[in-house]
Amino acid sequence: MPSSPPEPPVNRQTHNRPMSPSAARHHLGSLAKFLVIALLALGTVSLLLLALGISPATIAITLAKGSILSWQKFGHVLSIFSPLLLASCGLLFTFRAGLWNIGVEGQVVLGAIAATALLRQGSLGLPPGLVLCAAMLLAFVGGGLWGALAGWLKHRGGVNEIFGGLGLNFVAQGLILWLILGPWKRAGIASMSGTDMFARELWMYTPPGWRVAPAALALALAALLLSALLLLSTRFGLRVRAVGLNPLAAPLFAINPARTALAAMILGGGLAGLAGGLQVAAVYHRLLPPISSGYGYLALLVVMLANSRVSPVAPICLFFAALAAGAIQLPIALQLDSALSGVIQGSCVLSALFVHGWRQRLREAR
Amino acid sequence: MLELINIDKRFGRLQALCGVGLSAREGTIHGLIGENGAGKSTLMKVLTGFVRMTGGEIRLRGNRVHPGGPRDAMALGIGMLYQEPLDFPQLSVLENFIAGQAGYDPAAARQRLARLARDFSFHLRADDLVGDLTVGERQQLELLRLIDGGARVLILDEPTTGISAQQQEMLFAALRRLKATGATVLLVSHKLEEIDLLCDEVTVLRHGQVVARRSRPFDRDDLLRAMFDVLPEREGATPKVAAGPPLLIFDRACAGSGRSALAGLSLTIGRGEIVGLAGIDGSGQNTFLKLAAGLLAPTSGEVRLEGEDCGPIRRPTLGVDTVYLPADRLTEGLFPQLSLREHHVLATPGRALLTPSAGLEDTRRAIAMHGIKGEAQQPVQDLSGGNQQRLLLSLIPEKTRLILMENPTRGLDVHSARSTWTLLRRRLEGQGAAIIFASPDLDEVMREASRILVFSANRVVLDIPAREASSQVLSRAITGQVDALVAP
Repeated sequence: MPSSPPEPPVNRQTHNRPMSPSAARHHLGSLAKFLVIALLALGTVSLLLLALGISPATIAITLAKGSILSWQKFGHVLSIFSPLLLASCGLLFTFRAGLWNIGVEGQVVLGAIAATALLRQGSLGLPPGLVLCAAMLLAFVGGGLWGALAGWLKHRGGVNEIFGGLGLNFVAQGLILWLILGPWKRAGIASMSGTDMFARELWMYTPPGWRVAPAALALALAALLLSALLLLSTRFGLRVRAVGLNPLAAPLFAINPARTALAAMILGGGLAGLAGGLQVAAVYHRLLPPISSGYGYLALLVVMLANSRVSPVAPICLFFAALAAGAIQLPIALQLDSALSGVIQGSCVLSALFVHGWRQRLREAR
Repeated sequence: MLELINIDKRFGRLQALCGVGLSAREGTIHGLIGENGAGKSTLMKVLTGFVRMTGGEIRLRGNRVHPGGPRDAMALGIGMLYQEPLDFPQLSVLENFIAGQAGYDPAAARQRLARLARDFSFHLRADDLVGDLTVGERQQLELLRLIDGGARVLILDEPTTGISAQQQEMLFAALRRLKATGATVLLVSHKLEEIDLLCDEVTVLRHGQVVARRSRPFDRDDLLRAMFDVLPEREGATPKVAAGPPLLIFDRACAGSGRSALAGLSLTIGRGEIVGLAGIDGSGQNTFLKLAAGLLAPTSGEVRLEGEDCGPIRRPTLGVDTVYLPADRLTEGLFPQLSLREHHVLATPGRALLTPSAGLEDTRRAIAMHGIKGEAQQPVQDLSGGNQQRLLLSLIPEKTRLILMENPTRGLDVHSARSTWTLLRRRLEGQGAAIIFASPDLDEVMREASRILVFSANRVVLDIPAREASSQVLSRAITGQVDALVAP
């Protein structure tokens, strides 16, 4: 058996009890931890910028202008937030089950492909709302199957989910290119610019002056609530966590670890697939080679930063989405590469991992 | 002379060691005893530099020393043999022997290994893979490695856990030999028999303090009193329950491969029986338990569990019809970060939706009934070994008919071990259940079992009622000296 990677960090659940002194201390501790992580990340990035001779304040203002200071820009933030939140919710399942689902990126892509397969046919004489719902369902199934494949490879073939997932990401990328340049190419020309646009009535409705489809946002928030319910308040969620913490002990509690892990992969892949579905139905209205926009990989950072806990996921997604949206302004306003947002996101995650590891060491040394 | 003077160690608010003093002369074996959590392991970790003391000093041959880690300790000639072998199973005996040495000279190392092995009468082959050795053999290798590395102070932490009687004899002979050459041996143990056999002096720890120092000859009751305040009750003879209707049937079952394979086993275990499995570890007991639990499928033949109506249960569910309690409770049997309550929720079928207080009442009741020292919402990794075992026992569902245990009292002090068996007996009363347990401790097997199966070389070589067993008969069978094999 290949040696398994370190388990994704899974934090203890807090309970809704009247706050005891120890619980209060715990909350205070979380707040202090949050501040330390934020200071560390911002400090590092600021130092880096200062070393490059750029004022961190200018950057902050530019990022804010590009993301939250106008409704239109904020709409753009929300259009990134929705798929990012979906993929992150998916990863919560797999991380808590002890699986490093790197394949999330491919699962987003497969969701996009599955939705496109239906949407490019036109409305087929059915109500467009129904077709869009069916397309989302297909996206879930597509991503879920891709997730199941990684899970099956691990269980049956002994392929670690990291390597299986990474391989499947490349396959998914190959598949999308083949479809765009081959069977789904635009009439007459095959071009990397993607397939034909879908029929206008199959674009997810975006009110005039908005940059985000309300239905997309609602779908993402509903997925978050449902994931929170499943993970925190059901026997299934507890089993997922148990399997993640100790797969050896699971059979002794009548839990089938392989089946539970597979269920987590299917749900996780399905939610990531929905993210891909939104990308084609609500944002691009066609299939493009970079359809995932890297949101799968970004979601990995979100869930790592959240330490696999449910509650911080939405705020982190919003923050990361704002960074990603705001960064578009950087080349225009300051002639800086928009990759800076990635630097900031990465610094946050590294700071968080550092602080978690450090606390762990302190706890063990005591 | 090794002296530990006034050692203090606190972990946060917990005072693990308080003013502990201990001195051991060269050429002696010094015992260190105490119940679980008395501070024995912490004290030894201070000595090897794994844990930094918060006060006190260590003197070796009169000089103050500050071991900062195992490497420092080794340079000072302090070596420790851990309870679980800490070696590289994928490497050969020789490679393990060389690992950690300065320089690389396999040919010379091979010779030194052969000479040391001969001196100590250990049968170690340089080219065997360490993963294929028994725990006892790995321990022998580790011991030779430490001696070769120049260890003059040897610390042994529960060295006889999980090794056969024969290997124990070899180990004791080696320790006596080391003593004769002027080494200092520190023996951490639960077992007073070992102290009696080996030690010249003994220090008793309780709650992080030294409560007694004794020299030979020892008075066992006196030591027990020092360890526990009160003498653990000696319970009366085991009530021997007559075997009821058949529960578990092995029909020409074969399973496993290599060293732990089990070949063509046929026997029936009845309701109400407590079956003790004895034998050198790796002789097939573990395979037997895993087969019975359904964790392992027989490669041929059949293992079946009979239901209430004496027809076979089609697919017995582990965790419901049968339970299996592994020896390594925290790494194999529990979810370290989950709370006691969450364990109870997982072990009891019920509604799919859970509130934060689901199972709280049941858990509190189980905590009270089983005398678990812990709280319902506490993660189980914070529990002591005895309490983890009591928790596992409290999780056994009402309708469970077959309880399988590997080394049920491993790492437990006398009190916890007794309470474990009391709780188990209670489960058995009038419920038509059976217990099968493997234990390296022959006393435990003879005391607790109603029927004993002895394993040797992957076969059941002896199957007798406990009242007919004597330690002589059993130890002969374990080492393969059986006059007449009991026909399966």
